[in-house]
Amino acid sequence: MDMKATKKKLGLKEKYAHMTRGLGWETTYQPMDAVFPYAKFEGIKIHDWERWEDPFRLTMDAYWKYQAEKERKLYAVLDAFAQNNGHLSITDARYLNAIKLFLCGISPLEYVAHRGFAAAGRNFPGVGPRIACLMQSLDEIRHAQTQIHALSNYNKYYDGFHDFKHMLERVWYLSVPKSFFDDAYSAGPFEWMIAIGFSFEYVLTNLLFVPFMSGAAYNGDMATVTFGFSAQSDEARHMTLGLECIKFMLEQDPDNLPIVQKWIDKWAWRGIRVLTLVGMMMDYMLPKRVMSWKEAWEIYFEQNGGALFNDLARYGIKMPDCVKQCTVDKEHISHQAWATFYQYGGAAAFHTWSPTDEEMDWLSAKYPNTFDKYYRPRFTYWREQAEKGNRFYSNTLPMLCQVCQIPMVFTEPDDPTQICYRESEFKGEKFHTCSDGCKHIFDDEPEKYVQSWLPVHQIYQGNCFTPSANPADPAFDPMLEVLKFYNFNLGHDNMDYEGSRDQQNFNTWRGLATKNV
Amino acid sequence: MQIDLRTVAIKPVRQTFDNIARRFGDKPASRYQEGTYDVQQTDIFHYRPMWEPEFELFDERRTAIRMKDWYALKDPRQFYYGAYTIARSRQQDAAEANFDMIEERGLADLLPAELRQTALDLLVPLRHAEWGGNMNNSFIAAYGYGTAITQPCLYHAMDHLGVAQYLTRVGLELQGPKALDDAKASWMNAPLWQPLRRYIENTLVVRDWFETFVAQNLVLEGLVYPLIFDRLDGEFSAKGGTPISMMTRFMGEWSVETAKWIDAQIKVAAAESPDNKALLNKWLAQYRGAALEAIAPLAERAFGADAEATLTDLTNEFNSRCAKQGLSV
Ligand SMILES: [Fe+2]
Ligand SMILES: [Fe+2]
Repeated sequence: MDMKATKKKLGLKEKYAHMTRGLGWETTYQPMDAVFPYAKFEGIKIHDWERWEDPFRLTMDAYWKYQAEKERKLYAVLDAFAQNNGHLSITDARYLNAIKLFLCGISPLEYVAHRGFAAAGRNFPGVGPRIACLMQSLDEIRHAQTQIHALSNYNKYYDGFHDFKHMLERVWYLSVPKSFFDDAYSAGPFEWMIAIGFSFEYVLTNLLFVPFMSGAAYNGDMATVTFGFSAQSDEARHMTLGLECIKFMLEQDPDNLPIVQKWIDKWAWRGIRVLTLVGMMMDYMLPKRVMSWKEAWEIYFEQNGGALFNDLARYGIKMPDCVKQCTVDKEHISHQAWATFYQYGGAAAFHTWSPTDEEMDWLSAKYPNTFDKYYRPRFTYWREQAEKGNRFYSNTLPMLCQVCQIPMVFTEPDDPTQICYRESEFKGEKFHTCSDGCKHIFDDEPEKYVQSWLPVHQIYQGNCFTPSANPADPAFDPMLEVLKFYNFNLGHDNMDYEGSRDQQNFNTWRGLATKNV
Repeated sequence: MQIDLRTVAIKPVRQTFDNIARRFGDKPASRYQEGTYDVQQTDIFHYRPMWEPEFELFDERRTAIRMKDWYALKDPRQFYYGAYTIARSRQQDAAEANFDMIEERGLADLLPAELRQTALDLLVPLRHAEWGGNMNNSFIAAYGYGTAITQPCLYHAMDHLGVAQYLTRVGLELQGPKALDDAKASWMNAPLWQPLRRYIENTLVVRDWFETFVAQNLVLEGLVYPLIFDRLDGEFSAKGGTPISMMTRFMGEWSVETAKWIDAQIKVAAAESPDNKALLNKWLAQYRGAALEAIAPLAERAFGADAEATLTDLTNEFNSRCAKQGLSV
């Protein structure tokens, strides 16, 4: 037999198909429904998994090779960063508070993404999407770990990084990103793909990573720049997976459209609410600003996202309704958020501060319609008070939105002086949400959102104290006890940046490096 | 002005994260430690999973095995993502060099016909079994408890995909795409493969992830890999089939490395409590019997008259391996 003749050269696509698709089979000793028990309950109809177009064709050996090369480079940079006191190259230690928010609020969610994609990579009956999901699962544990490793060096020198997983589970504002991912992971595999694979990784990712990574580059943070840059080629794969996934669902059955549209609407709003923290970071926390939140929103959502939804229109997908409100909100949310954290700076694991005159002028220029009118007076007043020794800290507890879990601080779309409240009823009980978007989500799945572990409610119910706390003691200070439960280093993690240990240490260490002693 | 920051000696405020310090004291920690311990959330979940409302998102009750500290199940290889990919990329470099050499020199064409047929019959359909190994380990990676064990299970799942793809290349090398079609048909229908396919399909519906770990990683891999990538491989080498051995070297090395990790998990879980040990013994007995039945036809095809002796030998080795981990055999 002439082997040469039968062994014709295979094309890349054909070869990849052999390397993947052919691996799966229709089970007969166990029913397919038992092997893939979560494939149908969400109501998405898939008729032919073979129609899935592989968005990238990466065999395992190629994956190992490329990724190992990236890891070698990344850790070489991180080692050099640690050896050379790279942390002293940042513009100012104020900057690090943005990165504390990142390590506590984002990195642990990379980990949840890893687990969620492992589940998706087990649960879809099609081999193509499963392999793509598993590779993303592997990438996501990479992101969690490279972030922890990169920021580990800051933890050695600065406060607020030291117990990120413990804090994510407990601290009031961290329940915003945590509940977002809990929400996605507790849904089925298809909703997970729309929530994380599409909405988060495709539509919103540029609004999360570009601000943090360019913020890092502008502020001399080589550690963050390094892991961010190294993750870019992974992200490109994730985006194509998210897009392929949504197209595949829509092409498989017309009945899938309303379900997919509902999920897109929900996850766009959920994601945008979480991004409030990013907006605040961009406008208030970077010593050297990159662009305003409003500008970022206009470029990355209104322009890029607009083009995406035009493209999806042929499947019948419409731009989510909530975007109308976002056009109003983009002028406000970052200021409202920073004002909130400024007041609750005693209960945050990062430092807050008053913007300087120069910074306020920058904000006026970026927000000509709103900053001077609504927000400058407030920040100016607080600063004057702080200069007189009356730094304002609120000791009351805010009410939280039942869905996004952000304190009720956002204003009515048509009146920026009125706080927006919405109310729903479920089984005779009243539940409050921060916006039409969140109310809509609540009303659609009340049985899910009544379960929310709202940090403020939990404090009132006495569930946020350490076992050694004694409420019967006359000296019992509930707020202090809550901060112990959060495992804050009191006076170091929290309060104003002015006078903080971070500020003192950074200035001393930089002084050692730049001056002769 | 260029500042030389290296000249400054600064005393760190702390050496590592609190969760690591609580376990090991405040001293410099390894990347494996910081990237693994306590990374999975354990407390306070907002919503019950819609797909399994009786449990929390991450929940230790998804297995009947009980551990005081799930991070006792650590990986002796200390694989975090970077260490894992770098280790595998070295191995794939070696594998690639072997495939290149076989292709360049046309070595596959020189194989004795009988050995070629054995490889086509036994190695190529095994790619589907490897895919089952991927599914079982991604199941554990998703639903297991504690990063110490879920993390290496994802690596293990991806390794199985890698092995399935190397076996695919063996088929393509020996016969082209037809080899894959024949292998699939054989996997689905040939009596040779039905017992193994049934074993694997039965493991795919197991809901206790530690049971999956025993059925797949300890028992099935503990018997199939020595049979195929050690004993049969020895036959290939001895009878002029070195090119086949070259194409499967990755699997031989890989199974030795991963067995050490698997043993460490079993040993620690068994030592934790008599209840754990009893459960592991029960699973071991149940799956060893089923797995030996499942691979009997493969041994028969590979070793003919020597099949029984080979299997007895393998079983003895496997039993003594399990005994070393504290199981009764
Ligand atoms: Fe990621
Ligand atoms: Fe809300």
